[in-house]
Amino acid sequence: MFGFGILTCLTFLPLVGVAFILCLRGDDEATWQNAKYAALITTLVEMLLSFYAWGHFDTASSAFQFVEERGWFGAGLVYKLGVDGMSFPFVVLTAFLMPFCILASWVSIKVRLKEYLIAFLVLETLMIGVFCSLDLVLFYLFFEGGLIPMFLIIGIWGGKRRIYASFKFFLYTLTGSLLMLLAIMAMYGVAGTTDITVLLKTHFPPGMQTWLWLAFFASFAVKMPMWPVHTWLPDAHVEAPTAGSVILAGIMLKMGGYGFLRFSLPMFPDASVYFAPLVFSLSIIAIIYTSLVALVQEDMKKLIAYSSVAHMGFVTMGLFSFTEQGIQGAVFQMVSHGIVSGALFLCVGVVYDRMHTRDIAAYGGLVNRMPRYAVAFMVFTMANVGLPGTSGFIGEFLTLLGTFQVNSWVALFATTGVILSAAYALYLYRRVVFGVLDKENLKTILDLSPRELVLLVPLVVLTIFYGVHPSPILDGSSASVAALVKSHEVAMAHPTNKLASAAKAAE
Amino acid sequence: MITVVVALPLLGFLIAGLFGKQIGVRASELVTTTFLMVSAVLSWVLFIQHALGSQPESVSLITNWFTVGAVKVDWALRVDALTAVMLVVVNTVSALVHLYSMGYMHEDPARPRFFAYLSLFTFAMLMLVTADNLVQMFFGWEGVGLASYLLIGFWYYKPSANAAAIKAFVVNRVGDFGFLLGIFTVFMITQSVSFETIFASAPGLANKSIHVFGHDFDAMTVACLLLFMGAMGKSAQFLLHTWLPDAMEGPTPVSALIHAATMVTAGVFMVARLSPLFEQAPIALAFVTIVGATTCFFAATIGCVQNDIKRVIAYSTCSQLGYMFVGLGVGGYGLGVFHLFTHAFFKALLFLCAGSVIHAMHHEQDMRHMGGLRTKIPVTFWTMLIGTCALVGFPLTSGYFSKDAIIEAAFASHRTGALYAYVLTTVAVGLTSFYSFRLTFMTFCGAPRWQATHGDDHAIATHDGHDAHASHDDHHAHALDPHESPKTMLVPLLVLSVGALFAGAAFSSHFIGESQAEFWKGAIFYGPDNHILHDMEEVPVVVKWIPMLLLAGGFLVACYGYLWRPSAPAAWARTAPGLYRFVLNKWYFDELYDVLFVKPAFWIGRVLWHRGDQGIIDRFGPDGVSASVVVVTRQAVKLQSGYIYHYAFAMLIGVTVFITWYLVGGVR
Repeated sequence: MFGFGILTCLTFLPLVGVAFILCLRGDDEATWQNAKYAALITTLVEMLLSFYAWGHFDTASSAFQFVEERGWFGAGLVYKLGVDGMSFPFVVLTAFLMPFCILASWVSIKVRLKEYLIAFLVLETLMIGVFCSLDLVLFYLFFEGGLIPMFLIIGIWGGKRRIYASFKFFLYTLTGSLLMLLAIMAMYGVAGTTDITVLLKTHFPPGMQTWLWLAFFASFAVKMPMWPVHTWLPDAHVEAPTAGSVILAGIMLKMGGYGFLRFSLPMFPDASVYFAPLVFSLSIIAIIYTSLVALVQEDMKKLIAYSSVAHMGFVTMGLFSFTEQGIQGAVFQMVSHGIVSGALFLCVGVVYDRMHTRDIAAYGGLVNRMPRYAVAFMVFTMANVGLPGTSGFIGEFLTLLGTFQVNSWVALFATTGVILSAAYALYLYRRVVFGVLDKENLKTILDLSPRELVLLVPLVVLTIFYGVHPSPILDGSSASVAALVKSHEVAMAHPTNKLASAAKAAE
Repeated sequence: MITVVVALPLLGFLIAGLFGKQIGVRASELVTTTFLMVSAVLSWVLFIQHALGSQPESVSLITNWFTVGAVKVDWALRVDALTAVMLVVVNTVSALVHLYSMGYMHEDPARPRFFAYLSLFTFAMLMLVTADNLVQMFFGWEGVGLASYLLIGFWYYKPSANAAAIKAFVVNRVGDFGFLLGIFTVFMITQSVSFETIFASAPGLANKSIHVFGHDFDAMTVACLLLFMGAMGKSAQFLLHTWLPDAMEGPTPVSALIHAATMVTAGVFMVARLSPLFEQAPIALAFVTIVGATTCFFAATIGCVQNDIKRVIAYSTCSQLGYMFVGLGVGGYGLGVFHLFTHAFFKALLFLCAGSVIHAMHHEQDMRHMGGLRTKIPVTFWTMLIGTCALVGFPLTSGYFSKDAIIEAAFASHRTGALYAYVLTTVAVGLTSFYSFRLTFMTFCGAPRWQATHGDDHAIATHDGHDAHASHDDHHAHALDPHESPKTMLVPLLVLSVGALFAGAAFSSHFIGESQAEFWKGAIFYGPDNHILHDMEEVPVVVKWIPMLLLAGGFLVACYGYLWRPSAPAAWARTAPGLYRFVLNKWYFDELYDVLFVKPAFWIGRVLWHRGDQGIIDRFGPDGVSASVVVVTRQAVKLQSGYIYHYAFAMLIGVTVFITWYLVGGVR
């Protein structure tokens, strides 16, 4: 296609929209309208293109597909893109969520709209780049580059404490990333290349794996975010505009999980096994701790942010179970959480646009005037709770099932999340939606507008569809995950593998 | 055919739920009710074919749900004798409740939503009973939980209803926690979640151990105990029962359908369905017996002192579920299912009668404000009397066959806990008789208390701190004229009366008698050493007579206290005030759980948030770092004093330190 591959096209297409918006002059209503449509059309085309690519993606193969490669700086640095079953779902997810973000910002952004849209489109390029990169340096550039637009989105278009939140976000994520950069240089030193496909086959000595793993962990754990480096998330979510929250929860959190999946697990298998108990412990703490914290939140967005941390706990737990169910469940959980938490933030945005407060206490009895909203919110709440028949169940179930085979105690503690999530989610729903509508200023609140229906209905449909028929996602990742688990088993069987066998003996 | 049976309620739900506004209230009612009627008729056909007839079990595969590695989960509909029994119960009661609700709810503007929920519930329940694997069962299991949550909270403007709905869902989730772990354990042992594979490998797994939770346990015992925890939640057994009485906040037809006849019996169904597993786990069975017996007794005691007509029946349900579990626990799976079957008729009948009473009394539920209704609502009275007779086990009614069989089996069984169960279930017969007739007398007999003001209230009122219906008191200010319910409500009562009277006699030999083997056709598994159904036939005659005596005793005490000497109950309460308060307050379980779980959860949440996240992580993390950066910067700024001698001095110190370090290092 046009002399370059579909992945390049996917990655850089949003920049075309950026160029168009940059060309627009003026700051009046009409220009804004044009800018919005330009962004929307760009993201829609991007979405369709990703669906097209999905149609051509061979789910039976575990190899990288749509691979493109060309020289870059020379000396081992190459521009190399490619996707497999573990990364492609996220590419599609990103492309899918983006139009929703643009639509969600349609009326709520009142200042510097053009810059806002540009930030989002650039962010899309960078995020898709993260999932497509097959070169470590390229990956790092995209990975870190994503920080900047997000930092700006929170810092410029955020709420009252946006400066604090954006710096906190930056401080946390950057600290983690710097360590990763050191690790990347070390890996280049050993393998002589930053090509991920080569690195995947390189066997790093166990001692080195340990600290490489830790360096990557520092970065990904912050991104996930795992307890105890999660505190940036609630603040970032609370201050970010709705669309920012959607992207943050929907995509950016998944970069951490994707990082574990792409680097930590396959490249440092020994260290991963060695540190699995640590990850398990942190996951359990995340699930129980943040669920309890979610229970007492008074701010809707904070509550959902904390519940995101809990859900990411299931992901990390599943990943480090090294079972097919656990890892596939983790991938599914990430995709499902991208849809569900994104939708939940959109739901918050709907009432925020009307009332300009996220205080739970300011609401109550919305079902009286907003029955449609109540239905949509109920579906997402149930998905958040992990009710079978919604997409939330599959991921939770598989990660728990996989983990139980490896360590039943971990699964036992993690399963308490099932109880706690029901408590905080339904408690939120009750306070916001049920009850008598007795607050004076709520008495004129309007139900979902057509634009909001367009936003929420597809997500409702997808939530239920993937709950009943999750195969499209599971099948997409199954070959790659199976290959990963297999190669992990092979690596564990390796005779030189002292560290891992020692860890196993210690268990 | 089974696909149609399951799909119709779903279709009804979608039509009434999505297009209820467009097609109107009447159409929503008619569509859902008609669909359910068709489903019910087809269920009876299936029952005749698969249970009474000789058709073997059939599994119709719909599609794959998900497959990951060894985990293969299908959407499939399994029909065998056990499923057929459940289909009949669920669809018959559901169809009647749909019909009944057309009358009962006729004043409510949100009827499309109500009927949609009822149909959704029915669909989920059907998915549960037709499941061919544990995960689909869990789907139905949680689906009925969702429907129950929605229906309990149907009147969303009532804070008590919302609280009850959340409580029901969360307590059920505690049970589901066990159910999930049970599924994981079963998968770990058999590498499958499909019934066929599990059941096939079950006999070989007896006495096999697995390593979970740091120890080696008997595999089947662990799996069954965990799965049973799910059953305890759904079937409101002792310790996880607290949600059921509160669930009475929902509309009464809901109580009849969900919280009496069908959903709460899902736990019983589950144990019966998994009888091949439980048969290999005697310890788990003993636990089932003990929990069942305890619930049976404890709920009956509470039922004796409640004043809310629905709560009495709710505790009665709880208690009867205990009987079912005793039946299962002593190895008589057919006994549990048989009592489930008969109970569905008479308990749905009782609830619908209570609904008719409440309807007549304009939403008054407190029995202390009733009385003398016998002549005002005669049909309700007579049908309720039939239900009561069946419940207490009056000879030849359906309860007599199923309940007494359980008591006899408990006596005959040699399993652990059977004696305990025998004693408690027998005592509970007397209690059941007392509270049932107390309810009948307080509601239908004596002088009417509904025009009276509070001064004439029953003496018990002074002790009652939990009168949830104080808000309804304004009803008594003006006189009301109780009226008989419309036909749509009376027809279901009459149909269920027939079931309550004859279901026991008609099906006793099929479920638990001589032709049970041909009836079940292996759908319920009895191990080669399990002769409970035979042994219970040979118990001494006195075992059969004791329940009858207790039944009469309970009846007489109720007569004395509520017909002949109305001042007596207050006097009884005064003689043992502590015990009375203990029972009246439901053994203080709600208070206990509030102190043990609810309050601490919120407290810990708050502490973790303020002290953990903000006090420690943020303080020493980002905030601390940024603060110390500021401090260091200030210090660094001070260093830049601009005076040369400051810099020279600093250099000198530096050089000194460096040389010292070098020398010390060099010497070594």
